[in-house]
Amino acid sequence: MAISLVEKYRNGCRPTNPRLPIVHIFFSHRPHAQKLNISWAISGTECELQKPNMTENGLGNRVLNMDTMNPNVKRVEYAVRGPIVQRALQIEKELKEGVEKPFTEVIKANIGDAHAMGQKPITFLRQVVALCAYPDLLEDDKFPEDAKNRARRILQACGGGSIGAYSASPGIEIIRQDVAKYIEKRDGGIPSNPDSIYLSTGASDAIVTMLKLLTSGEGKNRTGVMISIPQYPLYSAALAELAAVQISYYLDEDKCWSLDVNELRRAVKAAREHCNPRALCIINPGNPTGQVQSRQCIEDVIRFAAEEHLFLMADEVYQDNVYAEGCQFHSFKKVLFEMGPEYSSVVELVSFHSTSKCFMGECGFRGGYMEVVNMDPEVKLQLTKLVSVRLCPPIPGQALLDLVVNPPQPDEPSYATFIKERTANLDILAEKAKMTEQVLNTVPGIHCNPVQGAMYTFPRLSLPEKAINAAKEKGQAPDMFYCMKLLEETGICLVPGSGFGQRDGTYHFRMTILPATEKLKVVLEKIREFHKRFTEEFS
Amino acid sequence: MENLIASSGEAKRLNSRMANRHSHRHQNRVAVRAHHVQTGMWLAQALEPNRSRSVPSPHNNSWEPQGVRKPYMDVIDVSWGDPHGGGVKPLTFVRQVLAACIYPELVESDKLPVDVKQRAQSLLSACDGGSVGSYTLSGGISYIQCSVSNFISRRDGGVPSSPENIFMTSGSQRSLMLVLKLLVHNQASLPAGVLTAVPTYSSFKMMLQRLGAAVVPYYLDEEQGWAMEVEELRRALQASKGVCNTVALYVINPGNPTGHVQSRKCIEKVIRFAAEERLFLMADEVYQESVFGEGSEFVSYKKVLSEMGPPLSHTVELASFHSASKGFMGECGLRGGYVELVNLDPAIMKYAYTIFSTDICAPVTGQLALELMANPPRPGDPSYPVYTQETQSIRAMLVHNMNWVPEFLNNIPGISCQPMMGGAFVFPRLYLPQAAIEKAKVVGMQPDLWYCKRLLEEAGVCVGPGCEYGQKEGTHHIRLCVMTPVETMEEVLKRLKNFHLHFLKEFS
Repeated sequence: MAISLVEKYRNGCRPTNPRLPIVHIFFSHRPHAQKLNISWAISGTECELQKPNMTENGLGNRVLNMDTMNPNVKRVEYAVRGPIVQRALQIEKELKEGVEKPFTEVIKANIGDAHAMGQKPITFLRQVVALCAYPDLLEDDKFPEDAKNRARRILQACGGGSIGAYSASPGIEIIRQDVAKYIEKRDGGIPSNPDSIYLSTGASDAIVTMLKLLTSGEGKNRTGVMISIPQYPLYSAALAELAAVQISYYLDEDKCWSLDVNELRRAVKAAREHCNPRALCIINPGNPTGQVQSRQCIEDVIRFAAEEHLFLMADEVYQDNVYAEGCQFHSFKKVLFEMGPEYSSVVELVSFHSTSKCFMGECGFRGGYMEVVNMDPEVKLQLTKLVSVRLCPPIPGQALLDLVVNPPQPDEPSYATFIKERTANLDILAEKAKMTEQVLNTVPGIHCNPVQGAMYTFPRLSLPEKAINAAKEKGQAPDMFYCMKLLEETGICLVPGSGFGQRDGTYHFRMTILPATEKLKVVLEKIREFHKRFTEEFS
Repeated sequence: MENLIASSGEAKRLNSRMANRHSHRHQNRVAVRAHHVQTGMWLAQALEPNRSRSVPSPHNNSWEPQGVRKPYMDVIDVSWGDPHGGGVKPLTFVRQVLAACIYPELVESDKLPVDVKQRAQSLLSACDGGSVGSYTLSGGISYIQCSVSNFISRRDGGVPSSPENIFMTSGSQRSLMLVLKLLVHNQASLPAGVLTAVPTYSSFKMMLQRLGAAVVPYYLDEEQGWAMEVEELRRALQASKGVCNTVALYVINPGNPTGHVQSRKCIEKVIRFAAEERLFLMADEVYQESVFGEGSEFVSYKKVLSEMGPPLSHTVELASFHSASKGFMGECGLRGGYVELVNLDPAIMKYAYTIFSTDICAPVTGQLALELMANPPRPGDPSYPVYTQETQSIRAMLVHNMNWVPEFLNNIPGISCQPMMGGAFVFPRLYLPQAAIEKAKVVGMQPDLWYCKRLLEEAGVCVGPGCEYGQKEGTHHIRLCVMTPVETMEEVLKRLKNFHLHFLKEFS
């Protein structure tokens, strides 16, 4: 086999199966000195081939080995890109190679990636960014005037009139101003200062930057950060890497994943024994849980943060994705300011937004921003310094963000199409949210809370004792075992609840509501059948 | 902390005065890069609080001539390696493909050449859902990983490269950061150290500082054209013993800010040194396309390593970095960079994947730029003639500047400049009069920082002060980007010369 792979590489072919070893051949000018050096593709699972003798190959003698590697990295797990996703990729390749499976395609419902699932880009956004990329198109009469005007305005703000120039580290100035105006409008006139807006490479970049800024101390004085369980694994991964202390507070599944301040109190009190709680992270609308917080709840959280002297981090990237009747998105900033100066002048808050979700779903552009409120001016300078290390966020992402916060106006030619596309995307998501909840709740052994917002459902699974034992034997979490089996049998890729955190003894999966309506129906049907089969097999 | 506040205050005031000035002037011949100055980017960097230096408060900075009419119409910023920002034009082919990928309706348009459309189509089909708005795998789009590894293999005369070892990130700086994250940890009794050239551009040092790693300085030999000497590496490593645990050696070739290009022989020696001393090699090769010095050529660390044969060729761990920001493309704003990991322990590769996946994925437009860098138009393609013409003109500009700029600088009294072989910068030495150095001390600034501030104020030219990059005690330098259109460069040097002569007169 090694020889055939060698041949493939000589011919410049691509490896077809990532589980196979990758063979490096280092040719020397002396032909007899050719040697093979074998390393493994990353598969998240064990390697299939026998390992070569380590000392012979010198593999055991690396500078960077498991003993010398930064130990914090070992604790980093990122479930939405973890082993199950790796396996899904392998299956896709196997399908391409003609391996027989009980399905013809892998459906990736593991990640909130709307375009990958067929959602079409918003025309206006893409027109303007294309014009920015290739300004000669400004002469083309196929583009509407308002798109051209936006492009000209953005280009004027770029160094040398090119999106290929660096911008200032916190982002292009006029875009920060546009973001501030957008926030003001969203929050009913509460002022927003462009100096407090930092553009970022997706929201995740901003979140990690803030966590970094907040983390310090040693031992009992180490920074503790409160995150919800279930949570989006970016938070736990970043905290692990920073060696900050994760303080878990549980959302109440029985009350539609709502947040209870008493639970926050319990968690922070317990944590004060062994760390220094400094920040409270909230994801609203919830990921992976899909709940939308009430205004009352947000007020309670703010009061709690003030009492406990915590820095509030509000992850609001799904702010346009609210579907359930009676639910409404309230930004933490707005509620904070409406609570009066007693709170609005003291509570430190950062809120995050992104171009990846909402109606546009432009994940690949990596656009995002954060707004900091009531941050100590000296710390703000440090933040400015911290973001300067990564030079600047990608300009196309910044441009796209500008269009999201400053969309076509009613008197502009692109307005009608823009509103039509925007509404259609959001309406379809609302419809799919409802359908997902309804269908899953008809499956015995699956309980699903309403998907009030965001892009996911996080249903609870009743798993038979035998299945739990079978999983234990394999050294897997029971819901990982379940999802892996689902993937192998149906081609549906979900993320097990264990990757997000859940109460002991409960099992879940996260599924996006993003597949196209017809496909989503099929997916839900397949899950129903699988669950029935699974339950029968293990009872 | 006070330093930073003061500097920010200055930067802000500088801004508002700049802004006023700009509102009065007409369309400029050269791009005004006030946005850098406005945010005080280089000022803030130059005034990192980790270096003990005090800065005048906004009230006593005597260097600032208030209300004086400036003898220039615009500010020219050559402190950054930002080709487009400095007036270099983007490559048409690159931007056409990009536009067609972003707005696929253009594939139907008759405005774009056939090869552009075909390229856009095949790239779109490599994106999930056929959209550049989808996430990609954490290493990047597999199709582009393959293109990049083929590119490396071609560059290195057939040395194989595996797509699985390529990780694309939001600029090469991000790759550097992520590799460092694997290497650096603070749980050990001694901090991790990284051998780092003096001079080196500042953000690398900031990165180390942020991770809690120690900078282990080795000095490049200015008299030898900023060459790297293994003896000096040995001295530096020895000196670090007991202070930190030096785990890696960071090399920038072609050099930034020095413009030096390493010979194959030098690279061999460095590799042997890394092997002997058990150091992880980090080769920053982002300027590999820009080597035009006579008798110099770019040879990658990977190529030399593999040609050295076993055991070194399969034991020395190497991370080699490249980017779409430099070279002919100069697409800094798209943020496309990659690292190729060579000879890593397979167990570590799994964690490398995890650590890269915490970034989710590199911006797709940056990944596309890497694809187009790896696969430019070929002879016979409709876009080839224009592409060739554009790259030739950038090449001509660079070759011209590389020869002419050091020569011009060497003819200014009190400035000496080593010949430039590659990269984007020159790093001339300033021989400042003692009186000027004393004066800088009085205002509480490093002499070359003070010089740069005055140069900016009085001549409207923004360059990087040597103290930001590190230099031998008692020497002073400035960094200038020569990846700048010739007429702009001429204007920069004219102003620099006038300023410098006045400055010398003032302090002699």
